[in-house]
Amino acid sequence: MAKYLLLKHYRGAPASVNDAPMDQWTPEEISAHVQYMNDFAARLEKTGEFVDSQALAPEGSWVRYDGEGRPPVTDGPFAETKDLIAGWMVIDVDSHERAVELAGELSAAPGAGGKPIHEWLEVRPFLGAKADTTECTFK
Amino acid sequence: MDEALLRSLTPSVLGILVRRGADFAAAEDAVQDALVEAVRVWPADGPRDAKGWLVTVAWRKFLDASRADTARRRREDLVDEEPAPGPVTGVDDTLRVYFLCAHPSLTPSSAVALTLRAVGGLTTRQIAQAYLVPEATMAQRISRAKRTVSDVRFDQPGDVATVLRVLYLVFNEGYSGDVDLAAEAIRLTRQLAAAIDHPEVAGLLALMLLHHARRASRTAPDGSLVPLAEQDRGRWDRTLIAEGIDILQAALARDRLGEFQAQAAVAALHADAPTAAETDWVQIVEWYDELLRLTDSPVVRLNRAVAVGEADGPRAGLAALAPLDASLPRYTAAEAYLHERDGDLPTAARLYAEAARKAANLAERDYLTRQAARLNMSMGGRGNGPGSGSPR
Repeated sequence: MAKYLLLKHYRGAPASVNDAPMDQWTPEEISAHVQYMNDFAARLEKTGEFVDSQALAPEGSWVRYDGEGRPPVTDGPFAETKDLIAGWMVIDVDSHERAVELAGELSAAPGAGGKPIHEWLEVRPFLGAKADTTECTFK
Repeated sequence: MDEALLRSLTPSVLGILVRRGADFAAAEDAVQDALVEAVRVWPADGPRDAKGWLVTVAWRKFLDASRADTARRRREDLVDEEPAPGPVTGVDDTLRVYFLCAHPSLTPSSAVALTLRAVGGLTTRQIAQAYLVPEATMAQRISRAKRTVSDVRFDQPGDVATVLRVLYLVFNEGYSGDVDLAAEAIRLTRQLAAAIDHPEVAGLLALMLLHHARRASRTAPDGSLVPLAEQDRGRWDRTLIAEGIDILQAALARDRLGEFQAQAAVAALHADAPTAAETDWVQIVEWYDELLRLTDSPVVRLNRAVAVGEADGPRAGLAALAPLDASLPRYTAAEAYLHERDGDLPTAARLYAEAARKAANLAERDYLTRQAARLNMSMGGRGNGPGSGSPR
């Protein structure tokens, strides 16, 4: 099993095919979208592939250490930041192919007009913390 | 076996162990172990003297644990000191456990966790699941909390207000994981109301009951939020409402008004209205004025502005909103609502979309996005106005 992060972006992803902003959908279309997302997560729980799903607020700030005895420096939010993450789903699946298949299904969530959004999702494999127990034999 | 009965005995059993000389942290662990054993070995109806059984088993577990890690001498002293078995009242001890778990030296999240475990008898795993954190994290939070209060004298009087704040936090967490925290908060507040005669404890209990009565109607089958005005009032739990109102009236009659009684009064006026249109908004504004006298909080001012908008018209509501800080949570949502009532749909739609971006949780975000969508549609369908939403 391997874990993958499916990332959704507020900004920074290529434009979706069905790119209407959500407040321009009908309330029924919003309900259908929410239902699709909930059903998707519930189905992955049943197949034993779901790990976590979270959404992020669009606004945050940048923070960095500013030296001994000084409070951290905060800045932002920066409007020009190219990449803005909206949320994620973590899945634990048997193969990269399965991760891509599931990301494809998630991207098919219905949007305006009840048609799939075709949203671009970023699929990133987790780096495991431990080396394999079966050691590499050709080193 | 009656788990609710078992858990209701938790604080008084813990109190007895502490009185016998066990330190709070070790006693708390021993009581948890005894609860686990009770679940395992008790027959369906439990032993005749459930509390006596728990005290005996918890005390034995405490002694076993202290034998394992501290001097035998201390243990022997404790055995010598052990009071003769006999009837124990437990009521004061229960109250003291509440005070200790909500001690002002604890952070709110620590006080909540410790209260759920030491007063509520929930396991660390259940509490961790309810708050969506790893069990090891919750275990550390609880053990740090126990260390923090370990030097507090058990029989020191506590502050009811801090206990009420903790219970209110638990109630607001609602339903999560396997544990119904709202119901648990009600159970703990009932138990507190039985241990101490205090109008604000009654006020909080009434407030919880009146809110809980509406729970089934607060969400649609698809999980989306249903605002108060659109709720099916036929699904409100009239038994809970009647109980809440009785408790509130008895508390108000004592003429020692507090924040929770005033909040409960607002909830009672909503519960009393046969339809949303028949809500007595004038009286609700008066209760918000009382609340402002008690606690000059910006959140109360915001709620009051919405009530003024209902009582005196949306322009009056907007005027009441204007002096407030626009960064207050739900400020933009309230502003959007009042503009819609005032007939300014383009402004309302824009503000609903903005409020959705500022929402603190998904349920509210979806609700506010739907409101924006509804207005945009009523104004002529998609394609109007600047794009401002985003898919989840």
